Amino acid sequence: MTDFLANLALGFGVALTLQNILLCFIGCLVGTLIGVLPGVGPIATIAMLLPITFNIDPVGALIMLAGIYYGAQYGGSTTAILVNIPGEATSVVTAIDGHMMARNGRAGIALGVAAIGSFFAGTVATLLIAALGAPLSRLALLFTAPEYFSLMVMGLVFAVVLARGSILKAISMIVLGVLLSTIGNDLETGEERMTFGLAFLAEGIDFAVLAMGLFGIAEILRSLEESESRDVVRRPIGRLLPSLQDLKECVNPVLRGTAIGAVLGILPGNGAVLGPFASYAVEKKIARDPSRFGRGAIEGVAGPESANNAGAQTSFIPLLTLGIPPNAVMALMVGAMTIKGIIPGPQVMTKNPNLFWGMIASMWVGNLMLLIINLPLVGLWVRLLKVPYRLLFPSILIFCGIGIYSIGSQPIDVMLIALFGLIGYGFIKVGFEPAPLLLGFVLGKLMEENLRRALSLSRGDPMIFFERPISAVLLVIAFAALAVALLPSIRRERDEVFTE
Amino acid sequence: MKSLILAAAAVVGFGTAALAQDNYPVRQVTMIVPFAAGGPTDVVARIVGDHMSKTLGQQIVVENVAGAGGTTGITRGAQAAPDGYTIMMGHMGTHGAAPALYANLKYDPAKDFAPIGLAAGTPILIVAKKDFPAPDLKGFIAYVKANEAKINMAHAGVGSVSHSTGVLLNAQLGIKPAMIAYRGTGPALNDLMANSVDYMADQIVNVAPQIAAGTIKAYAIATPERSPALPNVPTTKEAGLPDYQVSAWNAVFAPKGTPAPIVAKLSAALDKALDDENTRKRLLELGGVIPDKAGRTPAALQTLVESEVARWNPILKGMGEK
Repeated sequence: MTDFLANLALGFGVALTLQNILLCFIGCLVGTLIGVLPGVGPIATIAMLLPITFNIDPVGALIMLAGIYYGAQYGGSTTAILVNIPGEATSVVTAIDGHMMARNGRAGIALGVAAIGSFFAGTVATLLIAALGAPLSRLALLFTAPEYFSLMVMGLVFAVVLARGSILKAISMIVLGVLLSTIGNDLETGEERMTFGLAFLAEGIDFAVLAMGLFGIAEILRSLEESESRDVVRRPIGRLLPSLQDLKECVNPVLRGTAIGAVLGILPGNGAVLGPFASYAVEKKIARDPSRFGRGAIEGVAGPESANNAGAQTSFIPLLTLGIPPNAVMALMVGAMTIKGIIPGPQVMTKNPNLFWGMIASMWVGNLMLLIINLPLVGLWVRLLKVPYRLLFPSILIFCGIGIYSIGSQPIDVMLIALFGLIGYGFIKVGFEPAPLLLGFVLGKLMEENLRRALSLSRGDPMIFFERPISAVLLVIAFAALAVALLPSIRRERDEVFTE
Repeated sequence: MKSLILAAAAVVGFGTAALAQDNYPVRQVTMIVPFAAGGPTDVVARIVGDHMSKTLGQQIVVENVAGAGGTTGITRGAQAAPDGYTIMMGHMGTHGAAPALYANLKYDPAKDFAPIGLAAGTPILIVAKKDFPAPDLKGFIAYVKANEAKINMAHAGVGSVSHSTGVLLNAQLGIKPAMIAYRGTGPALNDLMANSVDYMADQIVNVAPQIAAGTIKAYAIATPERSPALPNVPTTKEAGLPDYQVSAWNAVFAPKGTPAPIVAKLSAALDKALDDENTRKRLLELGGVIPDKAGRTPAALQTLVESEVARWNPILKGMGEK
């Protein structure tokens, strides 16, 4: 315990120097901004800013880059809520109820709850990293191919639970998503699959392209069609801060979301993407009136947003303690460290305690800053919605175009968001939800890879999934959840909800 | 339309070419890195590019164009205008293994480039899970040969350095273990640390921290000399596998047709960067091997590319996409 306090004291000593406070602030501000701009994600931004960090000392540089990363998580929710464009896989679910809240005239409250939930989750996650970072990293090593496969199966079952309306439609969208994820080079043999010889498909479809098209562009098309829908948002906004009643409804979802997100974030195989989905599914399952979900339920924003931020934070654990980057942003952080002559890994904690504890302390400082930056800005963001839509939508389109181009410098990506926009518009017209498709896409890739990896390891014996205890438990949970979702009585209830 | 523009550019370019070469560079130079930012090649490019910018008096901007084992970015680089304003960081994969792996490769590593010079090599290490039941490389070789049927080798995907160097190792040992593919070195290392795969061959910068922390074992380093970054790891020569000599080299190329004076300027800037104390220190910290003066010339790089293509072709042919 004294160690823990001494370490935190060391960390805050580093984080609270004038230079580092300033860098943290810049990082958070830049992160919020790029998070709000649809498409311009933290990956592109950090890659662009890498050269600038050459001239800053390593601790300061990493504090700033980390700030951009979690700042973008905050900002991303803003865009998801206000214009229904999830910038990252983790804000897909926020868009579902958050955007409905905005259309119901509760945009300010949705943004406020997202910020407060994120702050709480960030605080808890920071303490968790500081106190248990090293022991928790062992959890990561328990998860190898069979466990990941089972985890992804569970995730897909959650996706069914999560969907609104007809189970059949949800499952078909998930399957479509899984199929889309199989396009591109086969990982094991290098063969091209379903690319029709087109070079741009060789690497598969980028998540950002799919998400921006299906959600963003399709949403714009839909809004243009019904001009009055925007007026809903342009009604008096009312209060910005959540009321006591709102907060009370959020306490438990935030606590559960934080726990779920923090645990999944530790898994190095990008388990963090599951956090918000899992949280949403849990909230919907235990809600007294699940039909409110998808129509602006505040728990549907509070839980996933907390899970999202907790996961963003704890995903630093594999990086800082094992030296293994769990996702693309973390891989960039590795690059930033190595350019600075710090090789990330287990020895960072002992060799560079300043860096390790300074960064952890700065995360909390950064979260506090984000709360302070964001709450007053809520009014500003909401006012953005009052900009006439004929002015707003071309700028969103332009930002989407620039953003998607900045990710891979591929002109074809810009064309593809247009194509997926049209497809997404078609989905809306025939009453299919895009969220399960995206989840199927994200999880499908991981699921296939880990299935094949696990079967290679077991020389083709499927029993490997049941012989390993964690994998077996996850599969049992998945089957149980699926059985519950398919039970006739519940199905009837769902159908009623759907036909309401 | 495109050809018209090209023709016009050629006419204008002809008149001003001599002048342009003398003043080069008058604007920023783009260096294409054919991998994601943060990877080993990207880090080498940024460290070397940082110092070359100072010599050239113009900023070298790194553009990451990842995809298809690096060949997407290199294809773009090969097709860029040969005016010295687009250069690229190629490596063992893009300019050695790629012709064997990609049947419809749109460039010839030995013919479509104006080589600038070798930047840095990153040595390959043979590493294994920490519970691997062998004390040294000889024991390792004996064990994998005896247990070929149940041995698993991890690699970071077909076309990656760890795949090519792993296949080379297996070919020299005469074994065919199950090859477990991962998307990148990180997840592969994770499973190696979790003891669920047995061994892999990868670049020092990726595996050094885990070796230092004792979470994985290193049996040998595939260079003529030991690395100062891991002085306790024997060379393959010392440990009993002298033929396994391989390094993931990174080298700067310009598109074919880049004027000789510009190539000379870039080559001199690279040479100067590799002599710079601070640049050397940063590269060495990564475990990199810096080529000597003779090894940095365009001619030496051309020889290296030709010998690498010849070396990888028989080992990897037919393993990649058709």
